[in-house]
Amino acid sequence: MSSRNFDFVLAIGGEAGQGIATPGDILARIFIRRGLHLYTYNAYQSIIRGGHILLFMRVSDQQVDNHGDKLDLLLCLNQDTMDRHLSLMGAGSTVVYNADTITPGDVPDGVQLCPLPVSELTESRNRLIQNTIAVGTVMALMGQDFEALEESLSLRFNRMGQEVVDENVAAARAGYDYANENLMIKTDQVPAGPKPLAVWAGNEAVAMGGAAAGVKFYAAYPMSPSTGVLHWMAQHARDLGIMVRQIEDEIGVANMVIGAAHAGARSMCATSGGGFALMTEAVGAAGMMEIPVVFIDVQRAGPSTGVPTKTEQGDLWQALGASQGDFQKFIVAPTSALDAYKTMPELFNLTDKYQCPGMVLIDLLIGEGRATFDPDEVDMQPEINRGALLTEAAQQNGYKRYENTESGISPRAIAGLEGYVHVVATDEHDEDSTLLSDEFTDPTKRRMMVEKRDRKMSTVLDDVSAPSLEGPADADVTLIGWGSTWGVIKEAVELLQEQGVRANHLPFKWIVPFHADEVTEIVNSAKKTIMIENNFSGQFYRYMRSETGLSVDGHIRKYDGEPFAPHHIVEGVLEHLARETDIFVPTEILKV
Amino acid sequence: MTTTTKTSDGNSLPQLTAKDFKGPVDPDWCPGCGDFGVLNSLQRASSELGLRPHQILTVSGIGCSSNFPGYFNSFGMHTLHGRSLAVATGAKLANHELNVIVTGGDGDGYGIGGNHFTHTARRNVDLTYLVMNNQIYGLTTGQVSPTSREGMLTKSTPFGSIEPPLNPITSAIMNGATYIARGYSGDIRHLTDIIKGAIEHRGFSIVDIFSPCTTFNRDNDHPFFKQRVKKLEDEGHDTTDWQLACEKAMEWGDTIYTGLFMQIEGRKTLGDRERVLREGGPLAHRPLGLNDKQVEKIISGMM
Ligand SMILES: Cc1ncc(C[n+]2csc(CCOP(=O)(O)OP(=O)(O)O)c2C)c(N)n1
Ligand code: SF4
Ligand SMILES: [Mg+2]
Repeated sequence: MSSRNFDFVLAIGGEAGQGIATPGDILARIFIRRGLHLYTYNAYQSIIRGGHILLFMRVSDQQVDNHGDKLDLLLCLNQDTMDRHLSLMGAGSTVVYNADTITPGDVPDGVQLCPLPVSELTESRNRLIQNTIAVGTVMALMGQDFEALEESLSLRFNRMGQEVVDENVAAARAGYDYANENLMIKTDQVPAGPKPLAVWAGNEAVAMGGAAAGVKFYAAYPMSPSTGVLHWMAQHARDLGIMVRQIEDEIGVANMVIGAAHAGARSMCATSGGGFALMTEAVGAAGMMEIPVVFIDVQRAGPSTGVPTKTEQGDLWQALGASQGDFQKFIVAPTSALDAYKTMPELFNLTDKYQCPGMVLIDLLIGEGRATFDPDEVDMQPEINRGALLTEAAQQNGYKRYENTESGISPRAIAGLEGYVHVVATDEHDEDSTLLSDEFTDPTKRRMMVEKRDRKMSTVLDDVSAPSLEGPADADVTLIGWGSTWGVIKEAVELLQEQGVRANHLPFKWIVPFHADEVTEIVNSAKKTIMIENNFSGQFYRYMRSETGLSVDGHIRKYDGEPFAPHHIVEGVLEHLARETDIFVPTEILKV
Repeated sequence: MTTTTKTSDGNSLPQLTAKDFKGPVDPDWCPGCGDFGVLNSLQRASSELGLRPHQILTVSGIGCSSNFPGYFNSFGMHTLHGRSLAVATGAKLANHELNVIVTGGDGDGYGIGGNHFTHTARRNVDLTYLVMNNQIYGLTTGQVSPTSREGMLTKSTPFGSIEPPLNPITSAIMNGATYIARGYSGDIRHLTDIIKGAIEHRGFSIVDIFSPCTTFNRDNDHPFFKQRVKKLEDEGHDTTDWQLACEKAMEWGDTIYTGLFMQIEGRKTLGDRERVLREGGPLAHRPLGLNDKQVEKIISGMM
């Protein structure tokens, strides 16, 4: 059962260029300062002006991990919003709109229409002022004090001067007072949390995670939806002493981080699927030269240029197949922004220990979605462990970079360290890095080196957590997901429980290495299994099957570019339980 | 940047000889391959500049010429085809105390790596780039290259190439390199001096080197170059005049010029412009992670 006292979803709709982000930020700031939890998802199009945007903001006294099912309040900044989204309105919800420019639609019973006579409420000719009036109205409708709004407005606008602050405060006041006098106000007070919270987008979380892990070199080529990582890094570069460079292409990016890593700097880069495709030859180079680097793929809907501003879990096989040949690697799919943050230092320690590349798969949903976190619960100075890295100069000769040790891990000297002169090569090489082709291609040595690199990973399963069930062990149905679907499946399990269906959840985060034995045991003891993925072909299902031979009883898949809402999963599970559906695809359409 | 022969405690060390820069394996280049002369010249230049192996990082791509790092005694990275400049830029920025010398071929640098060539020059990264230009793809057994002459018969142009070649010197000038020279591997003394100048130059220096492929390029062999090469310095060339430099670089008849075409001194390198490198030494040697002040600033920006 949900223990939420307060759970409110508001959405702001309009077109690009109408300034939706500003009321969004103003409201977010008020909520987090009040100690409320927040989760936002911005549905938008790849367009700078025009098009349609719908920003979902879910606010609660408890942690929220998805954008929810129904809207409690819709703020329409244009006619399109009114025309497209009324089907999302929940019982007792409210639609706020500018009565001068927007014609109301037919709303279901119990939905309150709140027209704002904007031209009567302001004399300002600033086109964006209607947004601020509306924010005032929203605050009144939610029963909030005006003071918090005033403070948030000053914070937002004070860089533009007192006049702008005053204009906005006056407009907000007009909207606030108008609502109090003319509209039906929600009576239950919005609660307050114990302390203010902070908010981040997943892209910021991975960037911060990298910084906390000691990243000193970051390179990128802009590509939605990964660009937020670059922006955060660029903004913080000087304060944090991180070299941040925008490079001519993703091939250059990937190779440059390898160069920086070999010289000793912890290095990473982020991109989306298309850019990652260009990086893949370098991923294998890092594997062959045994240089630790981290590649982040913020997935968007593919294939090819695909749907640039839409989400998908579609790059799993690209990551699995990135680069030719067999080489050692990590692939991890964090389950939320917070998890993405925590994953970065862990992954850097692992790639240093095992001297190989690491790949992080998040997606637009995590990367651009925003969520609150409690700064006291986030370790900003995590343990840093660089494994078998040599840093002390020595007077010696005969260092073998790829020494065939028992563990397979060869002590790694960075370039420039006196006493450890050596070459690293993408060609197959001997222990002392002599190219095999420089002698004659020696099958015995080739086999030795392949086995040495593989042997490094013999202990790796002990170093990452195995997947485990969330919820009752003896549930009637087990929902399996990976990466970003964690938050929405978690809530679907609660909703199913309310409807009398005992479900549990098996979320996957580590893809490579894969705990095949543990997974087999869990899946074999489940009564019924349903695999949930935000892609067309069941990429994770096929991977799990290839690693374990396991199959599942049903699938829920979504590949229209929008993320799952909890009710999509609930419906899918009920459908599977009622009859033998093979693949359930939610067809409700978000018109963005 | 050049470092003198001093240990960390300030003692002078005896200067190393060219032989000391011989790598652990003998080159597997064909007898007479021009690349031997380039290897020999860099070994001499390193000795004459008083460098030590651990102060140098050679970075190459893939090709006959790109096998270079294995034959030279220093740190080395033998990377992917066409990617040496990107890797080298990363290494140089992470540890700007290293002398980073990039070695490779015409296909590697001007073909598949062309985008990096343009932008590394534009950024004026403090690298020394030695291109062993044999006007052919050697390692893949003789296909046309971006510097092959029009009409050249190769395995991939059996009826003659129909494309005009690229001019590395004028390209480098236009792209913003700050030390642009041409050498000939048949004149080791001259090439050594050019390479010394390139290593000592602060900024992106490129030396395009005629390094004949004796196996796959019959057109541009030693006799071809011996008859034609003339040293710019013998004509009192003005190395500050870019138009003159381009004119000389485009001359391709009975006379083909070698030597320093152009040098711009004092232009800031990418590293010089980077605030992050201004103090604190090489990035690679700095403490990892965030301090309390940095943490506080980040978090307060998110509340
Ligand atoms: C991505 C990629 N494409 C193609 C090749 C094959 N290949 C290896 S070397 C080479 C050309 C080498 O020519 P050049 O750089 O001029 O070097 P040379 O052998 O002439 O010294 C090619 C095409 C490769 N290794 N990698
Ligand atoms: S094929 Fe040509 S470039 Fe390659 S080693 Fe032989 S002579 Fe030199
Ligand atoms: Mg060549």
